[in-house]
Amino acid sequence: MSKVKDKIDYSSMPDERGHFGVYGGIFASETLMQALDELKDAYQKSINDKAFQAQFDADLAHYVGRPSPLYHAERLSREIGGAQIYLKREDLNHTGAHKVNNTIGQALLARAMGKKRVIAETGAGQHGVATATVAARFGMECVVYMGQEDIVRQAPNVYRMKLLGAKVVPVTSGSKTLKDALNEAMRDWVTNVDDTFYIIGTVAGPHPYPAMVRDFQAIIGREARRQIQDQTGRLPDALVACIGGGSNAIGLFHPFLADESVEMYGVEAAGEGLETGRHAAPLCAGKPGVLHGNRTYLMEDKDGQIIETHSVSAGLDYPGVGPEHAWLKDIGRVNYVAATDDEALAAFHQLTRVEGIIPALESSHAIAYGVKQAAKMSPEQSIIINLSGRGDKDINTIAKIEGIQL
Amino acid sequence: MSRLQACFQRLAGESRKALIPYVMTGDPQPGVTLPLMHAMVEAGANIIELGAPFSDPMADGPVIQAAAERSLKHHTSLHDVFNVARSFREKDNQTPIVLMGYLNPVEIMGYESFARQASESGIDGVITVDMPPEEAEDYIAALRQYQIDPIFLIAPTTTEERMQKIAAVASGFVYYVSLKGVTGAATLDVAGVVERVSLIRKHISLPIGVGFGINNAQAAASVSSCADAVVVGSAIVNRMAAQKDQKVEQTATIVRDVTELLKSMRDAMDAK
Repeated sequence: MSKVKDKIDYSSMPDERGHFGVYGGIFASETLMQALDELKDAYQKSINDKAFQAQFDADLAHYVGRPSPLYHAERLSREIGGAQIYLKREDLNHTGAHKVNNTIGQALLARAMGKKRVIAETGAGQHGVATATVAARFGMECVVYMGQEDIVRQAPNVYRMKLLGAKVVPVTSGSKTLKDALNEAMRDWVTNVDDTFYIIGTVAGPHPYPAMVRDFQAIIGREARRQIQDQTGRLPDALVACIGGGSNAIGLFHPFLADESVEMYGVEAAGEGLETGRHAAPLCAGKPGVLHGNRTYLMEDKDGQIIETHSVSAGLDYPGVGPEHAWLKDIGRVNYVAATDDEALAAFHQLTRVEGIIPALESSHAIAYGVKQAAKMSPEQSIIINLSGRGDKDINTIAKIEGIQL
Repeated sequence: MSRLQACFQRLAGESRKALIPYVMTGDPQPGVTLPLMHAMVEAGANIIELGAPFSDPMADGPVIQAAAERSLKHHTSLHDVFNVARSFREKDNQTPIVLMGYLNPVEIMGYESFARQASESGIDGVITVDMPPEEAEDYIAALRQYQIDPIFLIAPTTTEERMQKIAAVASGFVYYVSLKGVTGAATLDVAGVVERVSLIRKHISLPIGVGFGINNAQAAASVSSCADAVVVGSAIVNRMAAQKDQKVEQTATIVRDVTELLKSMRDAMDAK
């Protein structure tokens, strides 16, 4: 990583107003400024609050089931014939994805702030389920905004949220997907700002969300760093994670950023191919702009209008990305790449067949690029792929693509 | 003296308040906006808020969002907004125009280029909903360079400390958002508005416009008793929406519906 400038103190980012270089910040309507200020204070207080952190750790251990295993995928590694592939098993968390790490943290904050109602946006439904889950546990009212198109794609998760007592509100504006759900959740928050806590599901949004969600998700990387050294006696050579908004990726990457020998790959959704324009890869093929409260890379047209994204995976179908990723791209610390729908589907089948693990379609993008990268490496090297979620929710989608009636 | 300053000064001399209608440029058809602007001035509007559409209008309710979607069907861009303003200035060099939109289209254009073109097309002030003063240093500098007023919103949740921050950078007028919520939402609490406006006056000497939730003549009249300007948005856009399936030849119908509303508001405000 010779491109990386010396002595970047990654742990000092963002600055106090939420900037990662030129990215991040607070670009919100005036009504929310006070609420964001209060949230920032509560979050900063929680960082140094031993009781809060002890409660968070206990919940992660006994409710989520952490630490999640770091699994050496030996058969897959042999089949690929390159680096030893390790899977960080976030799919084994309660609710089946990494999302719950963050919703536990934010729900604890909401409780500390005396908020009785939580709202969330969701794409694939994983964050919605994780929010509905913690709301049930803490006895909070829960409203989840979800694009109409995603409601169709992710029917099992919609039902799970309802079982958990959440109200799922279909969003029919714009492209009817994740970005529109986020717009709608913001509107709810502006209207009900006094009693409502908005649990954002990714490392985007206005400060302090990108930093706060990263800190709750960084447990992934802290565990993986310890686990890989226990198992191999040294640091990994590479890390791979999929990127929609980028929370599972930043969670894995962040504790390794200062380890210069560790290469990192963030895998965006190339959809039908970057060259077709039908994708969800703002870091690979977008431009900087301002959306949803922060400055970051976006999928946008020449007039600055946000354009519709495409991905087989609802959780990656988002035109923006967390501002810390935008910064890490510009300074060259992380490589941002992409995998197509077809590559992700092939990886989905490969992992399912070879290791007996059904990955989420989102995570399948990381698998697809990860095995490609592993093949270029030697058997003495190791690569950690973040298996951010399990694929049960996607089997209807897969069956439909393959023309199978369930 | 800027057009905005002159406008508020003239009205103050007549003991009248400003009526500020909002229209989304290019809604429902590109040709409608210009004749509508002139008609609104004739019906008693003093300042025009000209909306620039954005694909993801987070601070707006369903009414304005639908207007943006109708406008974007015709690919309305900032250049189109500038063109409408420029054409308006051919006949009306007095009525101030305030451009209202979201930051991303301005970012893509570049602050300097945006401010220069806005100024050249006769725009007097700019409201960028998702640009708070904390992030606005370069943006304000660019607007000031071209004598455009940066207009900021004040919300029911805005603390007095933030009011002072806003007072330090705003010019033209400030816009008090009278409701927690998005545009076009629920009902107006007039007593609450009166109280907040007097608090704002402690910290900000600029004229105060009040908007959100003002949808009839009576509401306009009661708000104008404490504010310097009354902003009407969704109530107008609703009347446009009712006509959205009609062709451009029916501009007359839209103009009639909107001007009827504005005239009733004007009369009620002036009768106070």
